[in-house]
Amino acid sequence: MPWRMLRQIVQVGIVTEPPPEVGAAQEPSALLAEQHEIRQEILAVLGRAVAIRAVDPGSCNGCELEIHALNNPYYNIEGLGIKFVASPRHADLLLVTGPVSAHMEAALRRTYEAMPAPKRVVAVGECGCNGGVFGESYASRGRVANIVPVDVEVLGCPPPPLEILRGIRRALR
Amino acid sequence: MTVDERGKTSGAGPSVNSEVAVPGAVRKPFQLPGLDSTFTRLPGTLPMYRAQVTKAQWRAAASVVRSLGGRLVTIWGIDRRSEAGYCAVAVAYALNAGLVWLDLPLNDTESTSYPDLTATFASAARMQRAVADLSGLIASGAADTRPWLRHAAWPADYFPLCGENNGRERFEALDEPYAFVAVTGDGVHEIPVGPVHAGIIEPGHFRFSVVGEKVLRLEERLGYTHKGIEKRLEAMSLAQGTRIASRVSGDSTVAYGWAYCCAAEALCATQVPARAQWLRAFALERERVANHLGDLGALGNDAAFSFGLAQFWRLREAWQRRSEELVGHRLMMDWIVPGGVKSDLRVEALRTVGEDCVALEAQVRLLESIYDAHAGLQDRFVGTGRVDAQLARQLNLTGMAARASGVGSDLRCDFGGVPYENLQVRKAHAIDGDVAARVAVRFAEIYESLRLIRKIAQDLPSGPTLGNLSEPQARGCGAGWIEGWRGEVLVTIELDDRGLIRRAHCHDPSWQNWPALEHAVIGNIVPDFPLINKSFNLSYSGQDL
Repeated sequence: MPWRMLRQIVQVGIVTEPPPEVGAAQEPSALLAEQHEIRQEILAVLGRAVAIRAVDPGSCNGCELEIHALNNPYYNIEGLGIKFVASPRHADLLLVTGPVSAHMEAALRRTYEAMPAPKRVVAVGECGCNGGVFGESYASRGRVANIVPVDVEVLGCPPPPLEILRGIRRALR
Repeated sequence: MTVDERGKTSGAGPSVNSEVAVPGAVRKPFQLPGLDSTFTRLPGTLPMYRAQVTKAQWRAAASVVRSLGGRLVTIWGIDRRSEAGYCAVAVAYALNAGLVWLDLPLNDTESTSYPDLTATFASAARMQRAVADLSGLIASGAADTRPWLRHAAWPADYFPLCGENNGRERFEALDEPYAFVAVTGDGVHEIPVGPVHAGIIEPGHFRFSVVGEKVLRLEERLGYTHKGIEKRLEAMSLAQGTRIASRVSGDSTVAYGWAYCCAAEALCATQVPARAQWLRAFALERERVANHLGDLGALGNDAAFSFGLAQFWRLREAWQRRSEELVGHRLMMDWIVPGGVKSDLRVEALRTVGEDCVALEAQVRLLESIYDAHAGLQDRFVGTGRVDAQLARQLNLTGMAARASGVGSDLRCDFGGVPYENLQVRKAHAIDGDVAARVAVRFAEIYESLRLIRKIAQDLPSGPTLGNLSEPQARGCGAGWIEGWRGEVLVTIELDDRGLIRRAHCHDPSWQNWPALEHAVIGNIVPDFPLINKSFNLSYSGQDL
């Protein structure tokens, strides 16, 4: 079994792709240089890895699937010095999907308040940015910015992982 | 551990395949034994029947369904006061002969209550609480009357699905205590978890009562992601509703999209072209594979085997990228539309699909052999979070989880419909009902779905991919019933006088399976909860609506 595992690891090799430049289209080259650049950028700003707390305050779970995908080997977000943490106390950045349900309003606000300053907030997805198909109602507060201050918005339903990664980079600048 | 049941669909007995072939053909009218009601067959390729009942028949029908081995699918309330002067409550049951939809008009003196069904079907309890929260209709005699979907974000006397409310009312969210069932005794303590969870997952609250590491009781409190989906659908045209219905649960967007469109097409007397139906099944099987791949990786990870996460999520990513190439969206959202599908597949794309499936199957088989041979992983999987067949039956467990407890149905096998009647789906099956069994069923379903995808790519009928929609039938009723990756998804739609949606109800299989999770964790240790939870991977958004 360990042999089969090792053989699989070697045969698959490294599938990680170059991370995206903010805004611009990506040249599919210079993977290591690009990764190095992002790591340096993060180190220059924070002096350590970026810690993200993700909160789903009422989404359909579509955005969560794409945030999850950032952790797969293709994007290898941890390799860039960006990690997801379990507590808002440890987080630099709040990644929030939407819409914010009325039932999650307090939990989202408390999560934001529990984060140490300075803190950044990235709203992910159509619903997080503008309420999306669910909008505002007796049960939905709509976009994330209605509840906590938002620094960067990432549109898309759901936005693909690269767009979410771009949004995270933008928020760090 | 897994057993294929090939041929079961074509055998004699309760299968109704022979009935479903020709829409509109004359058949013997459907009857429930001992129930004197007239059933109408609803349009669609699966057998679905609807009848109006009285309160006495409502109660009697539940017992009849139970005695026939049927199960409760869902309960919902409808406000018809503006046109007919009364509210109604409806129930859907699944039987060997198909889906039975009973409508109970509450037009007597007790106009806001209906007979409780929990004595016959335990799974009715939360659904009835949700009906009380949203429609203000009470199950008289029900033991548990705590709110379920309402958490003090709106007042107890505000019923969003009542016609006098437009759904845009806004209330301050208050803190309202919820009466969790307390467990007392020497050394018993509680662990509250959520609604914000540690990982990247949907919100919900779990209240564990434990002694040391051992879980004595788990009580779930859900409803946190309730965002008013069903109110939002009200007064929309059928076309407008499609995007919302496709977002009831993002991981099941194909299943919901298809179910919603089936209901819409029934109401518009639409013949969906065969090619479109085959392409929908193609998307549904791709969705099943994507979700099972993700879950198998996450299950490895929850047992500290991160190799599994990296490998399966690599495969899932490649699979999603192919979906984007094929239909223009990584999760295949909005590809299914009323009448058919939005775009056709190119011939060369169909060839790559076959090659993809062969390559993926080889990879998954290799990973399965590694999972099977990993003693540490199997130690965590085997015997953990068990739901035996008897409990599964009592709770009306459904979908993939039920098939892992040896009792499940699978609409694709049991009823076929277009195109499954041509594909002879082999039902995955395991008997142990533990995490290992749910892992085994996922592996078996991946292989079977890959076979189906290849067969669809090979035998795809030619023709158009979009049928014409006629004017919707005012005051009509339609339903769509689809075996999603998690279990059966049901969407029912009732139109008003203008042909707009009066009531659209979306049912997620998680309604049945969440209560089973509470039982599955009893006696297990707290650290095994994430593993057990992931082995079911239930939807919050799908049940919270």
